[in-house]
Amino acid sequence: MRGGAPGGSAKHAAIVRRPFFWIIALVIAAFAVAPLLGNDVELRESLLLAAVYITLASNLNIMLGYAGYVNFGSIVFFGLGGYLCIYLMGSPGWPLVAAILVAGAGVSLLALLFGLGILRLRGAYFALGTIGVNEAVQAFVSNFDPWGGSSGIYLSTELFQALGGPMQALWSIYFLLVAVMGLSLYLSYAIKSSKFGLGLLAIGQNEDAAAVLGVPTALYKALAYSASAFLPAIAGGLYFFKSAFIQPTDAFDLTFSTEAIVIIMLGGQGTIIGPVLGGYFYEELRGWLLTSETFSHFQLVVAGVLLLLIVLFLPGGLMGWLHGRWPKLRRVLE
Amino acid sequence: MSGLFASIIDGVLVGSVYGLAAMGLTLIWGVTDVVNLTHGSAIVAGMFGLYLLTSTGVPPYATLPLILVGGFLVGLLLYWICVHRVIGRPPLMSLLSTFSVNLVLIGLGTAVWGTALFNVPVALPSVSWQRYTFPGTHILAAVLTAAIAGCLYVFLHRTRLGKAIRAVANNRGAAELVGIPTTQVLSLAFGLGVALAGVSGMLIATLFPFTLLSGDAYQLKSFVVIVLGGLGNPTGALLGGIALGLVEGLSTPFMPVSWTLVIEFVLFVIVLIAYPNGLLAPRRA
Amino acid sequence: MTALLELDGLSKSFGGVRAVKGLSFAVEDGEILGLIGPNGAGKSTLFNLINGVFMPDSGRLRFRGLDITGTPPHRVAKHGLARTHQIVQPLEAMTVIENCMVGACFGRENLPRAQALDTAREAAVFVGLEDRLETTAAHLTIAGKKRLELARALAAQPILLLLDEVLAGLNPTEIAHMIGVIRRLRERGITILMIEHLMQAIMSLSDRIVVLNSGQKLAEGAPAAIANDPAVIEAYLGDPALARELQQGSGDERRAP
Repeated sequence: MRGGAPGGSAKHAAIVRRPFFWIIALVIAAFAVAPLLGNDVELRESLLLAAVYITLASNLNIMLGYAGYVNFGSIVFFGLGGYLCIYLMGSPGWPLVAAILVAGAGVSLLALLFGLGILRLRGAYFALGTIGVNEAVQAFVSNFDPWGGSSGIYLSTELFQALGGPMQALWSIYFLLVAVMGLSLYLSYAIKSSKFGLGLLAIGQNEDAAAVLGVPTALYKALAYSASAFLPAIAGGLYFFKSAFIQPTDAFDLTFSTEAIVIIMLGGQGTIIGPVLGGYFYEELRGWLLTSETFSHFQLVVAGVLLLLIVLFLPGGLMGWLHGRWPKLRRVLE
Repeated sequence: MSGLFASIIDGVLVGSVYGLAAMGLTLIWGVTDVVNLTHGSAIVAGMFGLYLLTSTGVPPYATLPLILVGGFLVGLLLYWICVHRVIGRPPLMSLLSTFSVNLVLIGLGTAVWGTALFNVPVALPSVSWQRYTFPGTHILAAVLTAAIAGCLYVFLHRTRLGKAIRAVANNRGAAELVGIPTTQVLSLAFGLGVALAGVSGMLIATLFPFTLLSGDAYQLKSFVVIVLGGLGNPTGALLGGIALGLVEGLSTPFMPVSWTLVIEFVLFVIVLIAYPNGLLAPRRA
Repeated sequence: MTALLELDGLSKSFGGVRAVKGLSFAVEDGEILGLIGPNGAGKSTLFNLINGVFMPDSGRLRFRGLDITGTPPHRVAKHGLARTHQIVQPLEAMTVIENCMVGACFGRENLPRAQALDTAREAAVFVGLEDRLETTAAHLTIAGKKRLELARALAAQPILLLLDEVLAGLNPTEIAHMIGVIRRLRERGITILMIEHLMQAIMSLSDRIVVLNSGQKLAEGAPAAIANDPAVIEAYLGDPALARELQQGSGDERRAP
């Protein structure tokens, strides 16, 4: 969008013809192919986590990077999606794909309802409200007996048979998660190049001025909040299906959403490829720290220090640095 | 019925301490425009300050001045680490910078002390009045809170430095024009706010058991209190704290404790939507 | 024939202060109506009432015969009412063209993004920002930001434009340029309601003037009549220089072709 967008309406319709479309495709292909070469299970697991991180960060970016609203509790979408999916696959015995789609749609709808309420709060109040939503949902689920209360839900591992046995199922889940990651990137891209995205960016800059210019701010914020819930909910479904188990403390772990914020800021807020860079580097760093004896207990400390350094010294993140260094890159890498 | 009455009085006593914590938060917010997300850690630091100092033999209430001074110094340090560079930048940045320091502090704390429950026994006789008995710790906490709040009021309204703080809160640019060293005043206010949070944490720890992760819950309470009392208004914060204490006092006999936070959060959202300037705030443009 | 915009007994108080008191006047189609008055007369509050930022305590607002009282700002914009702010409100991190695209996309025409680009560019060129299309708004000079403010409102293709002190803070060359832009706007058939403190400018630009004092209408009429109105001169007496300017300004008007 930064000046690189073609103006003609005929050209505009074909998002496919822009180079950036293919850059995203390349990222997805790299994720899909890398672990297949040499059947590397360890690499697959690391990339799986990276894909989850990128999905969370990329969707969170719609609120944080575009509309300028910090959502500290974005993990609530992931956790609720996980719960809905696991529940539907359990006693009603739904197939995986149907369960994740319904989980995504259900959580999105719920987010729209929540959003119309808490998005009337601005700035810091909204940020705190999002923590509150996560707390409230966690408290509710912990006391909700159909979902096993605080002990959670177990799935029979027999369900993996439908995907060709446990080994094959893990690969299938991986590819599905990579697909969800890819869709997240395209969603971010599509929103950013749309009128809706333009309105969100205006809200992020100056909400009052945006309203005076005619941007329906309340509706747009709620829609963005809802849109940013859909794919994380699906990712949650896949993620918890993989372990065939879900419980409130895992599903609503604020660590995950905190890390998603670190990843956005590391990569560059408001950019599309930023969450990819941030997610990849963060996962590499985390993997390296976990193997180190001293640092494995300090994951959040490291995340905190990293975030502080970025906010103080590199507020544009890696993408901001790249764009500053090579301004021409703005036109290619968004 | 008598149980409810005792519950209400106790709610007021405990609520005043929440008010003290919120005073720290609202002072910083009002003066620096920074929403201090290290607030929860500051409260927890006060709790562990009490725990560590009493375990070396210091009497519980003698830790108060130590924590006040220590909290002030830590606050100054925090200002220079994570606030100074983001003053005047978009609010997102100060939210994230204080949030990140909070992560570091909580992460380091859990690495040292884990997340076990701590309890500092404070021996103080209960006070009986007619058929009711109130724990001495609750009464003393409320009295100390009132004393500190009184000192803060006098400081802000009667001393040169306090007036400088209020001037900066009102209009930073104008304050700078009349020669007030705003940076010093901002750091001072931040130190003061953290000190108040620390002391409130210390007082809370004389009332209830705590863990390293208690900070988040008390931080949320502080925000509810601010919303009730009006932003940037320390006196309102005290009243808001008492109001929250009343809500807790009234609700605890009727529902499980795990729901308290949810109720407070719902209260937070409803009040914010209905009264964007705070329930007790004077209505203005 | 109804007026384009009708204000009927509009009032608004803040706390105990009554900023606007029972104000009624009309803006006719195609005219430039000047709004003057001492500081604190309620001029900017009035703009905020008209475009829905504030909700009036009482009174009605009709725009093109439609009751728009209490309509939120984003819907008012869709009706074809755009404004500039006294204190410029650029979308700092966005470029000039992007700023204007927001106006074009969400204004009266509600254009799709692809078509908004041309409208946005045209608006930016119209105010003289053709060399700055790709400049980030934060990097513009004050004069540039003032122009952007106008361009953005213009990109919305409004029927009525509210201008809040677009000349304040500009140097004489920039003022002359801006006055030219406003004249050309009127030639395009856009109705303008403008607040201005530069008497000479507003007296020569306006077809009619409304004078506000303490939230009430003090006078209404042609610039020449206003300049000689004793009540108006008295309202400005705290500021004799301004009163003198008032009369000189109407002199210009008489000399103008």
